[in-house]
Amino acid sequence: MSQPNIQAKIRSNPRFAELVGKRTRFAIILSLVVLLPYYTFMFIVSTQPQLLATKLTDGGILTIGWPVAAVIIIGGWLLTGVYVSRANGEFDEITAEVLKEASK
Amino acid sequence: MKRSLSALIAGSLLAISFSVLAAGGAIEGVEKQPINVSAIAMFMIFVLATLGITKWAAGKTKTTADFYTAGGGITGFQNGLAIAGDYMSAATLLGITSMVYFKGYDGFVYAVCFFIGWPIILFLMAERLRNLGKFTFADIASYRLDQNRIRTFAAIGSLTVVCFYLIVQMVGAGQLIQLLFGLEYNTAVAVVGILMMVYVTFGGMTATTWVQIIKACLLLGGGITLMLLTLAQFGWSLDNLFTKAIESHKLGEKMMAPGSLMADPVSAFSLSLGLLFGTAGLPHIMMRFFTVPNAKEARKSVFYATGFIGLFFLVTIVLGAAAISIVGTNPAFFDGGQVGGKLIGGNNMPVMHLAKAVGGDVFLGFLSAVAFATILAVVSGLALAGASAISHDLYARVIKKGTATSAQEMKVTRFASVGLGLTAILLGILFKDQNVLFLVALAFGVASSVNFPVLILSMYWKGLTTRGALWGGIAGLVSSVGLVILSPTVWVKILGNKAAIFPYDHPAIVSMTLAFFVTWLLSVTDKSARAANEKDAFEEQYIRAQTGLGASGAHAH
Repeated sequence: MSQPNIQAKIRSNPRFAELVGKRTRFAIILSLVVLLPYYTFMFIVSTQPQLLATKLTDGGILTIGWPVAAVIIIGGWLLTGVYVSRANGEFDEITAEVLKEASK
Repeated sequence: MKRSLSALIAGSLLAISFSVLAAGGAIEGVEKQPINVSAIAMFMIFVLATLGITKWAAGKTKTTADFYTAGGGITGFQNGLAIAGDYMSAATLLGITSMVYFKGYDGFVYAVCFFIGWPIILFLMAERLRNLGKFTFADIASYRLDQNRIRTFAAIGSLTVVCFYLIVQMVGAGQLIQLLFGLEYNTAVAVVGILMMVYVTFGGMTATTWVQIIKACLLLGGGITLMLLTLAQFGWSLDNLFTKAIESHKLGEKMMAPGSLMADPVSAFSLSLGLLFGTAGLPHIMMRFFTVPNAKEARKSVFYATGFIGLFFLVTIVLGAAAISIVGTNPAFFDGGQVGGKLIGGNNMPVMHLAKAVGGDVFLGFLSAVAFATILAVVSGLALAGASAISHDLYARVIKKGTATSAQEMKVTRFASVGLGLTAILLGILFKDQNVLFLVALAFGVASSVNFPVLILSMYWKGLTTRGALWGGIAGLVSSVGLVILSPTVWVKILGNKAAIFPYDHPAIVSMTLAFFVTWLLSVTDKSARAANEKDAFEEQYIRAQTGLGASGAHAH
């Protein structure tokens, strides 16, 4: 079967629209979950640094800034795991289905 | 082919041993250290192992696909390590630890900025890159646009970033190696250049990938070992480590909070934009997405890479903080024994001194060898990306219009790799003793304002046309390079003018915005027939990007 024909079939498959919609939404939400805290953090760093200088415990040494920065890094990594598990599972299953139906 | 490989290997080994002998009798510069035998021995083991791999890889590198992408047969985990290897340069290890050592918490903020691009690359780009690309990022940029003009421009964008980055790495290599190994600057630069040529010319992507993987393991292993040795000295207590650090640091308690580095919000924003989207526009990083068989593995590779890079950054933060009390109070590490004066070997040395303090000479030797290996791996990745831009984009597609045979293209890639190696050596020697920090700003500026806009818009925006992409790219190139020249680092510190014309060191806030704006404006006003065709072609590209239909798969041997 010709390539344009397969493409037309994919396009008209409602599952394709579902895949693209779900995946795009998911990617945008996760990007915001990473970028909003990050830019909030950068904004606080450059305008309100004393907020990050608060001590974690009374009389302790560590300020709140250190765990916050560590959480941004570790959290960013965990979110890549969240994306990969859903994309390689659910999204790839829909993709395989759409491709299979189109090549029938 | 085989004979010339052996000859080159023998030649480069000879060069190293000669230079070791020669350096002993040479007049020592101020910064130059005595020959470090254990470091050189450990580095030689690395070189022999990687040359062995190159020989094996050369046997497997028969087609252009083998050369550019290792036949697409790298697994997600391997590629993740290799991406981490490409991104974690010696400058990262030395620079971030040094920043924490001198500035405290600000160093951590910097590390976060260098990290944050990775999750975004995964969410917005990784699978589309894999589904659309074949060998280079120009494949994607020119997918439905004018092959000649956009491909040529994308190749120029790649080569520009590669050259700036190469100079930074070569100069860093020369300085670091004369310091750690006691080799002459020029010799060190030549050794790096020659080994890089051998890896890339003969082993292509397969050898480069394995060099990256080995180096990433060594760097992570070395860093973690050093961290454990260091933590043991503080009774495994971070509280203890930071108490001592505050006692020893000239900023005192202030080192625990954000300080001067990011005090200007606009400057901080511009820096973070450049690093975030510049990472997504580095040609040698993007090229790695084509080495895996499919989008599934591409995603996995970013997951692993992000984990390794994040872990490495956290380790370097601990190392920098530990160095404050261990290195910062020990007169043995300061010129003339003046605690708080000039560090022996310069400001980038805290982590190396820390290695000596807690691990002795052998561990210092090991870490020095790892740093050398790291530079070598990063320049190989860069050279490969540059060679692909020349042979695949400029030669095979633009000049030969796709009629070149695989053998002809392979020949050109090899000439290009050798040419890039020689250029790198030459530039490394030319820029000796120069402040090359601004080249990092340039590399990321061009990557974020030239490569990134055309790449992301070609994948996401149907309305992009050749005219828009071309002029947007030119606007990004001219403004990013121009603004770096007018920035405090170049205009004031290097050129000696009184006040900077552009107040920020990183141009992205202006140059990236301008690039996107010009691209948009000249695309929406483009009413030509070609523009209409390009918009129509988006449909096919979109379905391929989303589903992988028609994507180039793994190549069988």
